Amino acid sequence: MKTDKLRLDSLTVGYNRVPLISDITLSLAKGEIMTLIGPNGAGKSTILKSITRHLASIAGTVYLDDKNMRLISGTDVAKKLAVVLTERIRPEMMTCFEFVSAGRYPYTGSFGMLTAHDKEVVKGALEKVNALDIADKDISQISDGQRQRILLARAICQEPEVIVLDEPTSFLDIRHKIELLGILSDMAKKSGISVVMSLHEIDLAQRVSDRIVCVKGDKIAAYGTPEEIFSDDTIKRLYDIESGSFNALLGNIELASPSGEIRCFVVGGGGCGIPYYRALQKRGIPFAAGILPGNDIDLAVAAPLAKYVVKTPPFMTASPGDIAEAKKLIDSVDIVIDCGCPAGELNCFNSQLLNYASDKGKTIVKSLAELEEAEL
Amino acid sequence: MSRIRSCIVFPLFLVLLLAAVILSIHIGSVSISAKDIVDILFKGDRSNSVAYNIIWKIRLPRIVLASLLGGALSLSGFLIQTFFRNPIAGPFVLGISSGAKLFLAITTIIMTGLFNQMPVSVTVIASFVGSLLSLLLVLLFTGKVRSMSILLVIGIMISYICSAITDLLINFANDSDIVNLTHWSMGSFSAATWQDVYISAFIVLPTLLIVFFASKPMGAYLMGEGYAKSLGVNIRAFRVLLVLMTGILSSCVAAFAGPISFVGIAVPHISRLLLKTSKPILMIPASFLCGALFCVLCDLGARTLFSPTELSISTVTSAIGAPIVIWLLISRRRRNED
Repeated sequence: MKTDKLRLDSLTVGYNRVPLISDITLSLAKGEIMTLIGPNGAGKSTILKSITRHLASIAGTVYLDDKNMRLISGTDVAKKLAVVLTERIRPEMMTCFEFVSAGRYPYTGSFGMLTAHDKEVVKGALEKVNALDIADKDISQISDGQRQRILLARAICQEPEVIVLDEPTSFLDIRHKIELLGILSDMAKKSGISVVMSLHEIDLAQRVSDRIVCVKGDKIAAYGTPEEIFSDDTIKRLYDIESGSFNALLGNIELASPSGEIRCFVVGGGGCGIPYYRALQKRGIPFAAGILPGNDIDLAVAAPLAKYVVKTPPFMTASPGDIAEAKKLIDSVDIVIDCGCPAGELNCFNSQLLNYASDKGKTIVKSLAELEEAEL
Repeated sequence: MSRIRSCIVFPLFLVLLLAAVILSIHIGSVSISAKDIVDILFKGDRSNSVAYNIIWKIRLPRIVLASLLGGALSLSGFLIQTFFRNPIAGPFVLGISSGAKLFLAITTIIMTGLFNQMPVSVTVIASFVGSLLSLLLVLLFTGKVRSMSILLVIGIMISYICSAITDLLINFANDSDIVNLTHWSMGSFSAATWQDVYISAFIVLPTLLIVFFASKPMGAYLMGEGYAKSLGVNIRAFRVLLVLMTGILSSCVAAFAGPISFVGIAVPHISRLLLKTSKPILMIPASFLCGALFCVLCDLGARTLFSPTELSISTVTSAIGAPIVIWLLISRRRRNED
């Protein structure tokens, strides 16, 4: 059996002895990434703080390498577990190198002098997060993305077996988010460091994690592999999403679909329709779309945004019934959008529909610019 | 980088301090020649008994006391700035000097009422006890309050309460009785004796040593409490230690020289700017040395600028220190905006 690096056994956490979340039982193996997701204020940070002992847990036990953490000294914990916190750091006159080298604390002597080996480890940590070039910069003068990497380097040079990160990606732009999570993922795979973190970006959580913990209410709402968690309505329920949608498989987020009578019909497919669906949603225009095979990428966006979607089974062409249904929808609107989807053997019905529309005297819109000017 | 700077800054401080000491021995109402200074200090020459007495009984104890207490004050400023992680904090924000003044006022009124006199030794003891009492009060809060800013406000409020009571007492006291108090609150190194030096050294030097040995956790503390704790620092004990050391150092200064302003705020920052580092292991000796240098020079100014009238030490330290603090605030803002 694989031994657990970190194990939470019926842990109850909260502030001032008032339980917030109870009965948390989780475990994390070497080199695994576990991500806590859930709405704001659900208690993700509270759980992380209880793991790192910044907060006294109310009941239950945290085991680090099968040892009760309550019985391990602070220095010994520091050699195995490092943190990246949300608390703002603002030391004056401290270079990034100096800041990172503070991670050597549990290993240095009583005056904290760095040995040659310590300096090597610090350099290695800086290298891992691609921050060697800013080593001599003052920590108050680097960007948010750089700071987050420096904080991670500090944790890495503590040579821990587990790193706990509280929302490491907040305030970062998308490029830096991807970069940071890439570093974490690499670190877990190559160095076998286990990672526990909280993330707001569920789409990124799905991609980087081995285990997902959904935190909501006074319990762990769900716990499992990303495949398990992102397979059904778990995410929608976790965040109480009532308007808008989250496509768990693609990690695709759409806002709520406009309400009212449909005012146009979109002939799309193969991804060509997606910008049109979104443009219509933005302008609050209800619409119908079709005819889309069940495996069409357009469907992932059209389904949550359109009022009606005429669908065919995957890899199948449309049946006469489908075409009749689409024609009926076209009859009820003035404008039909031709997204310019390439025509092939399976989607010959598209040109059939467009011909039908122009015969009926409907306005055909052929580009986003035309859509902009169309009277809707 | 910081190593090269330290190699320049530390010898520079030592040379300047030595120069300031020699200058302070030399200048005064009676000027003593360099030759006499060397003869008297190093050869024990007693032939010039006036000069001998001036050096050994008046100027030297005063200079040594100024450097000891200046160092202590600056170091306590560095500690309090570390504690609050705020470079503009000073050691007397915790209400220590006002506590000392209140206790001194009470003692003065009782002593003059009962014995019609107020010996210097009692002044020293009273202000030390007063400082420690207000420190004790702050320590009680340190254990309970989590937020630094609240603690800062508590310190300021304690100051106000103490000042209010002191003012009330002064209202009902005879002017002649409180001359002592006024003199104390202006701050001065005059009338320093070797006994003062011995007692201060006995308090300051061991504290300096303890602080120096705490430089490693102090470095971790600079990153923030969360990180320090994750590295295994016992935060609560460390906070109490910091406040205690700050309190003892500044109480000692308050007792022997009165509440000297601005040294505790400005000098640690000057040292930090010169060293371009926050590392406590460098900053602790640097603030101490720089504080000693600063106070010896300011005391020299206080003695000689308008002689024969002697200025209070705070007059000089404020005149130099306040502009420095303003400049620091502005340049800090500019740096943050960049």
